[in-house]
Amino acid sequence: MTAVADAFRRMSEVRAGAEGLNIVLSSDERAALNEERESASRAAGAPARPTLAGVPVAVKDNIATLSLATSCGSRILEGYVSPYEATAIAKLRAAGAIVVAKTNCDEFAMGSSTEHSAYGPAKNPVDPRLVPGGSSGGSAAVVAAGITRMALGSETGGSVRQPAAFCGVVGVKPTYGRVSRFGLVAFASSLDQIGTFGATVDDAALALETIAGVDLLDATTADEPVPHYGDSRTERLDGVVIGKPREYFPDSLDPRVRALCDRSLDHLRALGAQVRDISMPHTDLAIPVYYIIAPAEASSNLARFDGVRYGLRIEGDGLRGMYEATRSKGFGAEVVRRILLGTYVLSAGYYDAYYKQAQGVRALIAKDFRDAYASGITAMFTPTTPTPAFAIGAKSADPYEMYLSDIFTVTANLAGVPAMSVPIGRVDNLPIGGQILAKHFDEPAMFRVAYALERALGAEARS
Amino acid sequence: MAVTRDDVEHIARLARLALSDAELPQLTEQLNGILGHMDVLQRVDTRAVLPAAGVGDAGMRLRADDGPPTPLARGRASFAPETRDGFFIVPRLATHENASADDAGGADE
Amino acid sequence: MTASVSPSVTDAYEMVVGLEVHVQLNTHTKAFCNCSTEYGRPPNVNTCPVCLALPGALPVLNAAAVRLGVIAAHALECRINCTSIFARKNYFYPDLPKGYQISQYDKPLAEHGRLMIGSTADGQPIYVGVTRVHMEEDAGKSIHDRYSGVTAIDLNRAGVPLIEIVSDPDMRSSREAGAYLRVLKQILEFCEVSDVNMEEGSLRVDANVSARLKGETTLGTKTEVKNMNSFSGVERALEAEFARQCAALARGEPIEQQTMLWDGHKGEVRPARTKEGSHDYRYFPEPDLPPLVLAQAWVDEIKTHLPELPRARRQRLAAEYSLGSDDVEVLTATPALADYFENVARASDDAKAAANWVRGTVLAALNAGAGDIRTFRVRPADLAQLLRLVKDGALSHSAAKTVFGEMAESGQRPEQIAQRLGVLQERDEGAIEQWVAEVLAEHPGEATRFLGGEKKLQGVLVGFVMKKSGGRADPKRVNQLLSSRIAG
Ligand SMILES: [Mg+2]
Ligand SMILES: [Zn+2]
Repeated sequence: MTAVADAFRRMSEVRAGAEGLNIVLSSDERAALNEERESASRAAGAPARPTLAGVPVAVKDNIATLSLATSCGSRILEGYVSPYEATAIAKLRAAGAIVVAKTNCDEFAMGSSTEHSAYGPAKNPVDPRLVPGGSSGGSAAVVAAGITRMALGSETGGSVRQPAAFCGVVGVKPTYGRVSRFGLVAFASSLDQIGTFGATVDDAALALETIAGVDLLDATTADEPVPHYGDSRTERLDGVVIGKPREYFPDSLDPRVRALCDRSLDHLRALGAQVRDISMPHTDLAIPVYYIIAPAEASSNLARFDGVRYGLRIEGDGLRGMYEATRSKGFGAEVVRRILLGTYVLSAGYYDAYYKQAQGVRALIAKDFRDAYASGITAMFTPTTPTPAFAIGAKSADPYEMYLSDIFTVTANLAGVPAMSVPIGRVDNLPIGGQILAKHFDEPAMFRVAYALERALGAEARS
Repeated sequence: MAVTRDDVEHIARLARLALSDAELPQLTEQLNGILGHMDVLQRVDTRAVLPAAGVGDAGMRLRADDGPPTPLARGRASFAPETRDGFFIVPRLATHENASADDAGGADE
Repeated sequence: MTASVSPSVTDAYEMVVGLEVHVQLNTHTKAFCNCSTEYGRPPNVNTCPVCLALPGALPVLNAAAVRLGVIAAHALECRINCTSIFARKNYFYPDLPKGYQISQYDKPLAEHGRLMIGSTADGQPIYVGVTRVHMEEDAGKSIHDRYSGVTAIDLNRAGVPLIEIVSDPDMRSSREAGAYLRVLKQILEFCEVSDVNMEEGSLRVDANVSARLKGETTLGTKTEVKNMNSFSGVERALEAEFARQCAALARGEPIEQQTMLWDGHKGEVRPARTKEGSHDYRYFPEPDLPPLVLAQAWVDEIKTHLPELPRARRQRLAAEYSLGSDDVEVLTATPALADYFENVARASDDAKAAANWVRGTVLAALNAGAGDIRTFRVRPADLAQLLRLVKDGALSHSAAKTVFGEMAESGQRPEQIAQRLGVLQERDEGAIEQWVAEVLAEHPGEATRFLGGEKKLQGVLVGFVMKKSGGRADPKRVNQLLSSRIAG
């Protein structure tokens, strides 16, 4: 059985579609198998075997692909098939990978649970009563369910790391500018970044290495060389200084989560790393800053969904009526809420107090990171989330309650630094993630710690 | 800085979102709730820092004035809600209901 | 709102005008994508994921647009900001695909420039300040009158690079505004920054107008006047709006800050029907584009290599070719015309004749429909050759006009045409003498009377010779030969 056929077998076994876990929104088995055959014959004729020849990959539904729909989990793009392809997808395909599924996500990546999808909530393969996290919940779940070993997600405030933690897989958010955003449907442009999921650190690293690099179609990509992340594989961490920021270990933190973090830190010490307590004084401002900047940019980015050139159109009274009917019926409640919030903080008279002030505080948060790394830290270690996955519907009443589940992850997006989540154990038999952060473009240091920890934890990561 | 129902109606108009009378009070309350959490930012002194718009302080990369555009794998009519003779078609703007040749220019808002 | 205001009312007031001019930059491709900027293509042919604002597409700035913007800013004597920032101007309109225009707001490309629009009676230069020059993208076209009940959207123009040139409110009459526009257009043309073609929309003008009592130093409430499609239209619109404001002020009514539309057919301004919603553009820095950072050395280098501007060129032409100011004015109307003249003058080595021909015959041909000087079929080298033939006496002036007409038709060289038409003047003495002798022999009556002293017959005989020679005989020489026969 080929790898792609195996992925489809597994998809039906776990009932990945709407009737089951609802983690896959679209897939085309025949087309994928064809592509696999073509990829194999290309690989046979190539001087060197492409790095991902025949490897099945799942892709979040907000990344443009030529063959499957790109709906962004929204009704406004129901059935929309992109006439062009994201740079990350082109790179994956050039490396021989096969896109086997587009995965469920919160609408336009706005959410932390994949409950805010127009196509219904996705379920966590670990326990279908729970959310898989979000917004890239479908991609995390597809890897957790063993359908693919690699998947793409997108991050704006933790949307790869948080679901990776909730589903017990590896999730990487690279440095801002590391991966082209061309073809990633924008939520908040200054924060968005495509990230990777892997069954192991190696899978996530290899996927990232494939899609990383400067892109002439994205002016915010950096012209930095792409290292071979597999070279970071290591058993020892001598000379590595791990920062443990106290703001990420508040008194209120679940002691069982704290204990799992301490166990990981003990492993890192045993491998030769030095662990140092540090402080990131502006951490508690990250969520308020994020929920001004992200909705502000989103309110502008989502203006293009107007029923004029593509996607849903619902007629109304004249042009304004068409705009309002299309957008009100096409967007779900959370998206409407964020567009309103973003429009408000940018509107005349409020810009300085909200948006401009938030950018100032964002700079202070970035400075916290610069100062920490300047003091000799190689990487940082924190919990990825304060709690394990929660039940579907548990946080629907108060939007701000949901926003707080990103509390440990948004800082990396605001500062633009790389961060990843690796499984570090379980609480109530539910996965818990540990977060590793590094400085800009120092993914190699981040992976080094991740490889070493993964190896040291071994089976403990699942207990 | 409390958000009033009028504020919400105003920003909904700006954002081309139609809100029902039933949704307005709840959204007003939610926005006030969320913005209440933002007030903490007002007390932070940011005068010493330069606002960071993101990365790229070295300046943006430019492209050469040539080359083909990213191609469309499918024609515009395949994804557009309505086209005619190659044009995208939309309902006529209320201010142009009696359009004549004189008004044909595109005006911005 | 017709301007039926008596001059005594407007006399008490002074007009204050500032202009906002949008100019399309002369690039091959759009500002933020590789689509062609070619005008007149079928609808939406020049579009791609970026300028259609498809989900996920991103802008990347065109280097040529930056270069042209900097050239224009230098020509307008601006201070150039080595770091400028793009922003999003958010509003909904069906020809604005992204729902925002990428423009510059807080930190434009250039500021603090000026433009000399003329001089006072005592020779002092009159300047208009240039507040700022910023880069932005054009919107598409909404066509409201093509289909009944609906609007047709063409996005070929969406994303074409523009600069917006904002003047200080320094102009005090419609005449000054007209002068500003003509000088500005000429400068941009000489810099090859833009085609500055108002019909094709590559130059568009909005005006801010207010009125105040003469002697007043504070500014009155201004209105914005739009929809003018010629410079004279701008002047007429300003007069109409000024008269309207004066009448209102004289009645003690306040001026409402609003947008007025010029109706060129009716010759009046009327308020733009209020658009739904208020103007709240929610500007914020464009997160898809890092700041535009220009190296000072590069900016300086462009200034060093700036093309010759109209004023400098006029001064040089007057000095180098000893031309009167009238000739210079006409010949520097466009850089292409000035180039043409200089090429003819240099190749023919007769600046005066070149000036006369270009001003007269060439411009007449262009006006009669021979099109643009840049594609005119009579190339400067060929015109210079024609002038040389005239100067050498090989062509009569009237034959030269005929030859020129053929050149403009066919693009052939002047000797070729003259030969084919047989109008090259014969300067071989023997041939001319032969014709004279033959004519005298063929017309014995006239010959006898002429040789007998009836000098008024000389003209008739010259005519016979010219006819016999097919116009090739040099009439001057024929006259000399006939005169010498009487004398002899
Ligand atoms: Mg403008
Ligand atoms: Zn384009």
